Amino acid sequence: MRVFINRNEYIALGIISFLGIILLPSLNAFLPAEHPLHVSNFALNLYGKYLCYAVLALGVNMLWGYTGLLSLGQCLFFSLGGYMLGMHLMLMIGRLGQYKADIPDFMVFLEFQTKYPETGGLPPHWIPFKSFWFAAGAVVVVPALVALVFGFLAFRSRIKGVYFSILSQALTYAACLLFFRNDFTFGGNNGLTDFKFILGEDIHSPATKRGLYIASALLLLGSYLLCKWLTSTKFGLIQRAIRDSENRVLFSGYATSHFKLFVFVLCAVISALGGALYVPQVGIINPSEMAPDKSLEAVVWCAVGGRGTLIGPILGAVSVNALKSYATRAFAEQWLYILGGMFIIVVLFMPKGIVGIPGQLQSLLKRFSRKPEAPELAATKLTPGSL
Amino acid sequence: MHTHKQFILTLEGVNKTFDGFKAISDLNFYMDEGELRVIIGPNGAGKSTMLDLITGRTRPDSGKVEYGFDTDLTRLNEYQINRLGIGRKFQTPSVYTDHTVLENIWLSLQGTRSVWSTLFARIGSRERERIHEVLQTVGLADRADVKAGALSHGQKQWLEIGMLLAQNPKLLLVDEPAAGMTDEETARTGELLMSLAGKHSIIVIEHDMVFVRQIARKVTVLHQGSVLCEGSVEQVQNDERVIEVYLGRKKKAA
Repeated sequence: MRVFINRNEYIALGIISFLGIILLPSLNAFLPAEHPLHVSNFALNLYGKYLCYAVLALGVNMLWGYTGLLSLGQCLFFSLGGYMLGMHLMLMIGRLGQYKADIPDFMVFLEFQTKYPETGGLPPHWIPFKSFWFAAGAVVVVPALVALVFGFLAFRSRIKGVYFSILSQALTYAACLLFFRNDFTFGGNNGLTDFKFILGEDIHSPATKRGLYIASALLLLGSYLLCKWLTSTKFGLIQRAIRDSENRVLFSGYATSHFKLFVFVLCAVISALGGALYVPQVGIINPSEMAPDKSLEAVVWCAVGGRGTLIGPILGAVSVNALKSYATRAFAEQWLYILGGMFIIVVLFMPKGIVGIPGQLQSLLKRFSRKPEAPELAATKLTPGSL
Repeated sequence: MHTHKQFILTLEGVNKTFDGFKAISDLNFYMDEGELRVIIGPNGAGKSTMLDLITGRTRPDSGKVEYGFDTDLTRLNEYQINRLGIGRKFQTPSVYTDHTVLENIWLSLQGTRSVWSTLFARIGSRERERIHEVLQTVGLADRADVKAGALSHGQKQWLEIGMLLAQNPKLLLVDEPAAGMTDEETARTGELLMSLAGKHSIIVIEHDMVFVRQIARKVTVLHQGSVLCEGSVEQVQNDERVIEVYLGRKKKAA
């Protein structure tokens, strides 16, 4: 396989992976709680959540920054992934729920026994989710199918730009309303919660939490490498060509709709995997995760971190959420103003986001330290004649 | 008229209406293989719409649009038509500004266009040779590793022509290639197009009459969506109707 990562990136990635995947969990596992370098269970769990958000942001950015498709409904796939695993976790509660019943609490509460008497109250489509591996498969397949159908229809009808954005937002909103309904059999507005076990382990134990954190970090690393590879291929070139001049690509014989569909489905799967690891770490999934504002937030992470780069959205997702965790405790009322203000500042003054700051500082320094006539400008003026 | 080998392009009785505006009206147009044809006509004469109809961007309300012997173009979409060997250059230069000149040509090279094949494709020595050949033809060989966005306007136009050539098309449709070019660039573009005629069939849409005189052997004048007259530059320029609708106004203005 062609080398798609250069030496420096390889080293940087190795160091970050070591810190994130090995060192941080070790500080949590092996240092005593009173040690200054100890990472608390709470903190590690929080970081795990951030990493899942970063996976989501990676998906948003592959669509927006690299293909020019601004999806304002990416949290739909994140949530669907979460719901698929959540269904399995609900069935693993066993008789430890409030009602001490064989079926999840909300099914007892909503009197599913009378609706589905032949299965003891469990809706038929829930039954296969008793298997972890079935649920794990569904985490990938269900969001992919939704993305495939939606994407096929949207791209075949040549829905582009802002219309695609609005439609993707409408889709997630519609799904949100659907999941709010009690008779949709996914727990209504309470969603799925009160999980007890995952793969036979106590879901609240520090060791399980640590495992989930490591899984999230590995998922992020894997998704990053996949995206990195993809953008280095000819496919990646076409992806960005579609972003910059879709007509040229179409009139060069490429079925742009097929390429967009491929990316859209891939990003749905990436987002869904992030969601599937998010849910056991926060302990709940409900329809509000599909609400349009969640997807908008993910777009803000990308913008803040720097869209069109792979590392930007990861930085954006982690930093904005770290700020959110802090701000919602320190001044809860103002958080939305802070988020909105941040978006405006980034759009106005930092078009390349956090990732672009070094470059901006450099050009600022240049401007102060040098006379305005830049030498490279003079060079480009001369070249056309040299033909 | 004259003895035909075979028409490469046939439009017969073509009509197209946009919201009550008749953009193309009973248009008949025939083109020989290897021909370099220039289409002129005042604004709104239907020149660009005609290209849209040929390349599958819009479909005619009625009429025949055929390629070669009997390929019905009205049933195919843009990329299918392109794969038949019909390349189109847009009026405003459309190149991939974020890619290098070399990458621009690479993406345009003749070959498979499927999603899967692009995942594992790489530039081989054959490709490299062909890319270089194309860049030589359009005069951009020394700019291969420059980002297309950094090229001058004229160079972008040539790059786009190069991208068409890379597909090795049988029929080239070129919409106002000289727009926004300096006189020298315009002359070079003219030479380029003339050197390509014969190997390829070319339709050029143009406004600039100096440029038309440079390259045209046969000119078709469009007016209100149909062919007003056809012939050499001299014939067309001396045609009463053409002077009336187009050149006359142009001369007065100049």
